[in-house]
Amino acid sequence: MTALRQEPLAEEWARQRARRRSSVLARLRSKPVAAFLMCLPLLVLIVGLIIYPFFYSIYLAMLNKRETQVVWLDNFRFLFTMDTFWLVVRTSFLFTFTAVFFKALLGFILALVINTLPTRGQRVWRGVSLVPWVMPLALSTLGWWWIFEPTHSALNWILVELGFAPKSWLADPFWARFSIILVNVWYGTPFFMIMYLAGLKSIPLELFDSASIDGAGPFQQLRFITLPMLKNIIAITMLFSTIVTFANFDIVRVLTRGGPRNETHLFGTFSFRLGIESGDVPLGAAVALVMFPILAVSAFFILRGVRRSVV
Amino acid sequence: MKKQALADRREFLKTVAGGVAAASVVGFPHVSRAQTKLVLGLWDHWVPGENAVLKEIIEAWGKANKVEITIDFITSIGEKLQATAAAESRAGTGHDIMAFVTWDGTKYKDKLEPMNDVADALIKKYGPYNENATYLNFQDGKWVTLPSPIGSHTYPLETRMDLWKKHAGIDVQDIFPADVKKRDKRKVDAWDWKMFLAGAKKVHAAGFPAGMSIAENTDSNDWLGPLFASYGSTFVTPKGDITIESNATLEALEYLKELTKYLPPDIYAWDDGSNNRWLISGKGSAVINPPSAWTVAKRDQPAVAAQVWHHDAPRGAKGRWRGSLPFTWGVWKFAKNKSAAKDLLLHLGQKEQQWKLITASQGYDMPQQNSFLDHPIWQEIEPPKGGQYNYPIRGDEKLIVCGYPAKQDLAAQIYTRYPIPHMVSRVTQKGENPKEAMKWAAKEIATYMRG
Repeated sequence: MTALRQEPLAEEWARQRARRRSSVLARLRSKPVAAFLMCLPLLVLIVGLIIYPFFYSIYLAMLNKRETQVVWLDNFRFLFTMDTFWLVVRTSFLFTFTAVFFKALLGFILALVINTLPTRGQRVWRGVSLVPWVMPLALSTLGWWWIFEPTHSALNWILVELGFAPKSWLADPFWARFSIILVNVWYGTPFFMIMYLAGLKSIPLELFDSASIDGAGPFQQLRFITLPMLKNIIAITMLFSTIVTFANFDIVRVLTRGGPRNETHLFGTFSFRLGIESGDVPLGAAVALVMFPILAVSAFFILRGVRRSVV
Repeated sequence: MKKQALADRREFLKTVAGGVAAASVVGFPHVSRAQTKLVLGLWDHWVPGENAVLKEIIEAWGKANKVEITIDFITSIGEKLQATAAAESRAGTGHDIMAFVTWDGTKYKDKLEPMNDVADALIKKYGPYNENATYLNFQDGKWVTLPSPIGSHTYPLETRMDLWKKHAGIDVQDIFPADVKKRDKRKVDAWDWKMFLAGAKKVHAAGFPAGMSIAENTDSNDWLGPLFASYGSTFVTPKGDITIESNATLEALEYLKELTKYLPPDIYAWDDGSNNRWLISGKGSAVINPPSAWTVAKRDQPAVAAQVWHHDAPRGAKGRWRGSLPFTWGVWKFAKNKSAAKDLLLHLGQKEQQWKLITASQGYDMPQQNSFLDHPIWQEIEPPKGGQYNYPIRGDEKLIVCGYPAKQDLAAQIYTRYPIPHMVSRVTQKGENPKEAMKWAAKEIATYMRG
């Protein structure tokens, strides 16, 4: 009796197992699930290296110096009373806006020039122009440091050979700021160039031909065809670059360490000075987080502009 | 081997306690045989060969005590050692023993095991630590960290004796000979900041300026701190009163305003290696630095090294002070083998080990207990013969770490956030009124006091 009942049951279980297996396989074969699984490693990395540290830094920024009690927004209130913090704010804005402006301008000019070259020549120049961008920034900045180095500056040697007076590239606040902006522009221009070049390639040539027939000169073509067609790429590139430039660390750390007199500190380097070098991790975290609302607001407006223009 | 090691330790403890049984040394730890691993985060010494000697000593101890040793030599370049300590303090895991630079131990003192037992044992055997090391490590009645000889250094003047003799008429070798008994008190007393300025003017005029950094680096703190102290300027009292706005500070700033006219214009961008480069360039006639500048010169410019004489700082109205950058050792509270860690540090503190390490560092490492200063290396190392005799303090100088005598938590902030070089450069580079600069410094230091 028992054996008779077991046999149909066993068959039923086997059928259920087969159904389940095929259902799992079917799910795995379905595009959304496969896509999710393929994205999973990236999601783990984003959660582990971005989302978790972000919320942890918010938590840290709300602790007192000894990290023994929650002080909510006191660290931010305290920061706003510090002269040095406001100096860092001013320098960060000056650095970011000046560097992004020149990167965008030079990147655009470079893209236009390369775009006019014959295809074969274009490939070479495109590759050469990208070199600063693909080199590890800390390493290339070390090269720049040798150029500006106080005692044996290679640049000063050239200036003196040419009959000019040497400059205190890293010791004078004006020239120190100039130097860090210059290195950032040198590093970041190829990114703008390659983005703009991709944009230029996507503009139909017929538009220029028609404009030409209608008598439009190069400047009018630039103003009424090229710039409007590149508007979204320009906006997104500038947004991305603004975020990266605001958060820059390597250039200042290698070239000036924030000096002279804290005049070249950015949010990132000042945060390191407070958090790691001086052991005030909560205040360091607060400095790093000050950037967040600024960038979030600018990202919101720029992306809204892009969405509207697409619609 | 194990029995021998145990016997050695018992012998040591007996000596320490004056014949009392080892167990009577209050709270002193013993290596637990059940715990057999010890992980060390040590400073990656720049002197070639020092790491190997230290590793050999530690591994021999590990073998004798059946403790498995793992050593990570961590560079301080790019603040990697500091970043490691910061990460471990937060994560609550990592090395058992950690090497700290100057104030780093103070930053994490709540997370470190008190070292009273080890320090007391070493003090009983070898005498007290110097006042500077005691100030740095002994806080609120306990040794929060243990003074470490490895990497600790002082900041004597390193003078090109040929250039100063020829162009300034000052013979530093004669004032500070390689035998403290041969010093002429009148000549030593005459060596003050005024005389240094007069000499600096002359060597500058001859095309060989002295060079001292006024920037965001420890070298700046380590000569400016002593200079202000020699004028009687204290930044903050032990009670927490900000006293930087004083006549003494004003006088020191006025002096620096004059002195910096004869220093290179780029000192405001110098880093800790700049004075080395300045000396070996052949253009520099004096720097304030440990013998690393001489060592680099010996390798790259032997002719320059042969003319470098290490000696005492100039005197001010309130004495003669020399800067220092001591290292410390700490054992994390979360360490898995605290007992073995302390036992190892006690072993490293013995004269036999210290002697080997000082030799391996070519005299760079400066012990924190005066009883070890009779090591012969500072008399022997050359060229020139006796050139480093005065690297350990021989005369009336007092060691100081910039920030003294403020309470250690605050002094750590003064040291690591560089308000002193900033105050000076506001006057000497920016041209700000010294009183305004002092006011700025007082306001800046006040922001370091938050709890």
